[in-house]
Amino acid sequence: MYTLPSKLKLFAIIFMVVGALGMLAGFLSAPSTTAEVKEMMAAHGDGHGGDHGETATHDNVKENHDGTHGEDAHDSEEAHLTHVLHQMQNRPWSALYIASFFFFMIALGTLAFYAIQHAAQAGWSPVLFRVMEGITAYLPWASVIIIILLLLSVFHVNHIFHWMDADLINPESPKYDKLIAGKSGWLNPMWFVIRACIYLLGFNLYRYFSRKWTLNQDNAEDNRWFKKNFKLAAGFLVFFIYTESMMSWDWIMSFDPHWFSTLFGWYVFAGMMVCAITVIAMITIVLKSQGYLEYVNDSHIHDLAKFMFAFSIFWTYLWFSQFMLIWYANIPEEVTYFVTRIEDYNLPFFGMVAMNFIFPVLLLMNSDYKRVNWFVILTGIVILLGHYVDVFNMVMPATVGKSWFIGLPEIGAMLFFFGLFVLVVFTALTKAPLLAKRNPFIKESKHFHY
Amino acid sequence: MAAKHIHAIYSDDDILMQAVKQVRAERYHIEEVYTPFPVHGLDKVMGLAPTRIAICAFLYGLVGLSVAITMMNFIMIEDWPQDIGGKPSFSYIENMPAFVPIMFELTVFFAAHLMVITFYMRSKLWPFKKAENPDVRTTDDHFLMAVDAGHHDVEKLSKFLYDTGALEISLIENDDDH
Repeated sequence: MYTLPSKLKLFAIIFMVVGALGMLAGFLSAPSTTAEVKEMMAAHGDGHGGDHGETATHDNVKENHDGTHGEDAHDSEEAHLTHVLHQMQNRPWSALYIASFFFFMIALGTLAFYAIQHAAQAGWSPVLFRVMEGITAYLPWASVIIIILLLLSVFHVNHIFHWMDADLINPESPKYDKLIAGKSGWLNPMWFVIRACIYLLGFNLYRYFSRKWTLNQDNAEDNRWFKKNFKLAAGFLVFFIYTESMMSWDWIMSFDPHWFSTLFGWYVFAGMMVCAITVIAMITIVLKSQGYLEYVNDSHIHDLAKFMFAFSIFWTYLWFSQFMLIWYANIPEEVTYFVTRIEDYNLPFFGMVAMNFIFPVLLLMNSDYKRVNWFVILTGIVILLGHYVDVFNMVMPATVGKSWFIGLPEIGAMLFFFGLFVLVVFTALTKAPLLAKRNPFIKESKHFHY
Repeated sequence: MAAKHIHAIYSDDDILMQAVKQVRAERYHIEEVYTPFPVHGLDKVMGLAPTRIAICAFLYGLVGLSVAITMMNFIMIEDWPQDIGGKPSFSYIENMPAFVPIMFELTVFFAAHLMVITFYMRSKLWPFKKAENPDVRTTDDHFLMAVDAGHHDVEKLSKFLYDTGALEISLIENDDDH
């Protein structure tokens, strides 16, 4: 049995408190009027002023296009300030959303990986099942947080989901947006919340029963619970691949409601799996180094590192396929997505490719390095940071645009959820023995050698 | 100089593995082991050095990548930078996404083919090569261990190999040392 070290508990709680303070500071420092925005921009200095000046002209041109020639400079300045105000108000919410989604996707990816191991009847991984179950224990927490955040958006407490503005689909309104109105059959708040509930309920039900049944299998006389778990895992994987795809349209792609991409669900899935496997490897190494996982050997770490390596390449393949197809065809309605990212998010956009592809490929290619624990931890940290930036790149350009920065709200939110994640996961690890007892593959897994 | 070998034939890979361990423990020199299929772990117990072919493949891949980049940079950017469908041919990096599929494929092509050729050369395999097979049964269901008998007492060595489970033991003396 694993016991939660009190130091770890304290460590996690400190992270949560510091993170919560950071988020609070983010919410408090968000401007509430355009006058404040003006002040903040003046305080920023010349470099920024030039930038915003350009946007002002851009807005001006747009308004002239609309036929409002009588507009004077002051009005367009005001329109620009309102625009920036909305971006700045979105920033702490987006930061919170990104961090909560990031840790949600780790838990969900682990659940999918866990189901794959069951359905594939993998012989190497049963000694790691309890570690994976520990990580998926965060899923119910993450689900509650996500659904609360989505409901807050639906009830207009924040405006990170642009399409939720009712004026956009009202033909009488000056803000009427024909494209979004055309998609309102899918993108309407009621149906959006119902879908979210279906996804989360499905994920959590699988997590609940698979955990329960593997514990039942520990004390069983036959393999009944193992067989039930096998069927459940196969069923869940079918459910998962549909709902995961729709979930990524709903919760990520709909931030840019004018844009669409067919392989987006796969792309989010690949990122999810990399993060999940990395976290499994890291927690396994931590527990192993403390002497809790007797039967885990270098070959298990080697296999996990191979998965990290392979899924990093898979992620890059999808990232590049999505980018290159759109870049090559250069169709205006699709390409704006990447134009904003390359112009306004140049460093994060290309930096994440280095972190998520070049770094793991070079470090984890060698078979010997995949057995060196600190190498796996080091690569894992870079991969996780890289995938945080990936989610950041998917969400932020649509919600805060040019007003982005990785500062207090972003780091605070990450620290808070990191603390919560560590606390929940390591508490869950104390709830059951770290070795599944009567799994039919446990013996093979104990002697697994690559 | 005439070289003396003892060929010991086994019919089971587990017994063979055990025999290899015993022979090595007695400090006899194993010239070669012939098996009909890869015996997992045989290289380890024989004490063979790990292969470096993966390192070769990595280097060949880098060569392939360089070839692809140099080739396309010369053709598409330097030699005749045409406007083909509005693609930016001003510098390599601007048009890079279009070149990635070729960069990838040439990397794989060079890594794979040169590695295979390296393998053939290092293991001396080519068409019309004369097969070096001491006993035809080793391609079907028998395992053969060739032990160097040079300075050892042949009687004693034969007895020892017989005790390790060998079914047939024969002394081979060949004049052409290879």
